[in-house]
Amino acid sequence: MADNHYDAIVIGSGISGGWAAKELTEKGLKTIMLERGRNIEHVKDYVNANANPWELPHRGGRTQEMIENYPVLKRDYTLNEANLDYWVNEKESPYVESKRFDWYRGYHVGGRSLMWGRQSYRLSDLDFEANAKDGIAVDWPIRYKDLAPWYSYVEKFAGISGSKENIPHLPDGEFLPPMELNCVEKDVAARIKSHYKGNRHMIIGRTANLTAAHNNRTNCQYRSKCWLGCPFGAYFSTQSATLPAAEATGNLTLRPHSIVTKILYDKDTKKAKGVEVLDAETNQTYEYFAKVVFLNASTLNSTWVLMNSATDVWEGGLGSSSGQLGHNLMDHHFRAGAKGDMEGYEDKYYYGRRPNGIYIPRFRNVNGDKRDYIRGFGYQGSASRTGWGREIAEMGIGGDLKDAMCEPGEWTMGINAFGETLPYHENMVTLDKSKKDKWGLPVLNISCEIKENEHKMRKDMANDAKEMLEIAGLKNVETYDAGYAMGQGIHEMGTARMGRDPKSSVLNQYNQVWDAPNVYVTDGAAMTSAGCQNPSLTYMAMTARAVDHAVSELKKMNL
Amino acid sequence: MNRREAIAAVGWILGGTLIGAEFLVSCTSSAAKVNKLFDQDQVTFLDEVGETILPATSTPGAKAAKIGMFMATMVQDCYTPEDQKIFMKGISQVDEESKKRFDKKFLEATPQQRTQLLTQLDNDQKAHQKNKKEDAPNHYFRMMKELTLLGFFTSEVGATQALRYLPVPGRYDGCMPYKKGDKAWAT
Repeated sequence: MADNHYDAIVIGSGISGGWAAKELTEKGLKTIMLERGRNIEHVKDYVNANANPWELPHRGGRTQEMIENYPVLKRDYTLNEANLDYWVNEKESPYVESKRFDWYRGYHVGGRSLMWGRQSYRLSDLDFEANAKDGIAVDWPIRYKDLAPWYSYVEKFAGISGSKENIPHLPDGEFLPPMELNCVEKDVAARIKSHYKGNRHMIIGRTANLTAAHNNRTNCQYRSKCWLGCPFGAYFSTQSATLPAAEATGNLTLRPHSIVTKILYDKDTKKAKGVEVLDAETNQTYEYFAKVVFLNASTLNSTWVLMNSATDVWEGGLGSSSGQLGHNLMDHHFRAGAKGDMEGYEDKYYYGRRPNGIYIPRFRNVNGDKRDYIRGFGYQGSASRTGWGREIAEMGIGGDLKDAMCEPGEWTMGINAFGETLPYHENMVTLDKSKKDKWGLPVLNISCEIKENEHKMRKDMANDAKEMLEIAGLKNVETYDAGYAMGQGIHEMGTARMGRDPKSSVLNQYNQVWDAPNVYVTDGAAMTSAGCQNPSLTYMAMTARAVDHAVSELKKMNL
Repeated sequence: MNRREAIAAVGWILGGTLIGAEFLVSCTSSAAKVNKLFDQDQVTFLDEVGETILPATSTPGAKAAKIGMFMATMVQDCYTPEDQKIFMKGISQVDEESKKRFDKKFLEATPQQRTQLLTQLDNDQKAHQKNKKEDAPNHYFRMMKELTLLGFFTSEVGATQALRYLPVPGRYDGCMPYKKGDKAWAT
């Protein structure tokens, strides 16, 4: 559209932006999807997806130059040679850490839908009612029944594999066949089940990897190279799923290199009229206009866009009238659990690399259990046989060592907890105008930390893991707490929360900005509490629900 | 002319040809450089160290995986300057230990002598690792051994001949029978 007028604008092209674009275009809206980074074309641009290990000069490791260039990414496994080009250029896009926050970003078409962990769980009313019951933060303006049909809707399209378990606080979904537990995991699961009399479960992970061909996408080939991009389109990403669907409608315009600097707010109509875009390559500024704006720039960048918008009306930006914009930043705290050795099973092995593990749903502070902290955690992990990297104390060097290393070692199993982080008002982001990015734009200043509730929970996260593994028959079980910094979970949530009252929340029950109802924020920024489940599936469901609402409101001329 | 002077001279003839630079440097080093840190002699030496750690058995050894060049690349690109110094010094330390023990350099020692020597160094590194402070540097032989294992088992010969490599398994079986002697999966 030459005059830059569209029916809808989507800011961001990751998991939630891709969903917004798909739903809007399928409902007939001419839509432009704005992505700040470069394009990555499905399959063609997955440069290392078919590389053999020996074709990577450092075998996937990290060089000193990479460490120098990626001061944040280097803090975790995320800095690696194989998919380095999927991570943000940190020198171009810095941020300030008043308190440490590890912010792992993907600035390109598809965003982190290309590198995500793919674990997909529903929240339940245990989560949606939690704030109200605990009397903290604000109540979610929705309940499970509001989102349940939308979970089903997105699961059917995305393709989530999993097993029906009938666990009330981890609702079953519309699953493709589950992946298989391996022999050791099967026995561990059975022993946990019998010992805890059905109150604790170890199930196969629910994952957005296809276990059967689905919507013209090939089933998983068990290479476990997902984060390089999948040439088979076998896991859900913008590129494999929502983008082709949106493009097939003929209603989509995708514009990479488009940094949205602000939402254009119309004081008279009290609505957004469009967005201002800075072209990241030419530094030219453009305006795009539409009836509705979906803000899906990822949790912290969506809040950044709001903070930069309508500042002539509200000094703190669009949505700041609540006093909550930028506040209540959450993540999932993890890196605590246990691991041990399983004797026997020497005649068992596995074939294929399963890009998925086990899941132990939350069992703390549920079903009558009561701890000295609130909320809970779930575990992810797996059992496997050790490989050539293992230490064999009595072996030094030579042919015997080599021949031993050419065979699999003993079975080990580890589980790692992901715990809920509470929404603390003082965990927050602000605009830091003293520091600018490559394009002269102010950057975010992040200040957050976990507190007593999380620290108490971490003790259980380690000790409960040990108890269960020992009950399941593992030997030499050791707990660990490898330390955690906020952001490491790569599940950043909050900073523009949903609520029931414009005085204490940024978004209403349909993810509309209270102060501009034709602006919908449907990524992690909207989260009112964190749950302990991996959150992306909830963003998908919220987005589809919000688009349905937006289009219905447009038809009623309410927007 | 030493290395520093050579480089200074190159600086002075700024714009002068690279041939000149190579000629000047070659005054002090007979072996060709393979990268900024290593020359061909050192790569040959590391090939033999690697081959002693993981020798050819019923399958090829580390030398077949060009382990020396792999170590040179990794140390140059991935090691901190401090670890680079420890590693480079380690190369001469292996020779010194060899001379002390057998009165000859490592490359002149018999395969049995090499194995004997590196077994001792492996015991040394195990003791060092056990007693060192957490952030203190690793023993040089630990570095050589780790790089040999990593480089070999992720190499084409290591992954496809010593181990079993399946680029596209196509399916998953969580309970496959295994009998002693079957190879481990490469990845």
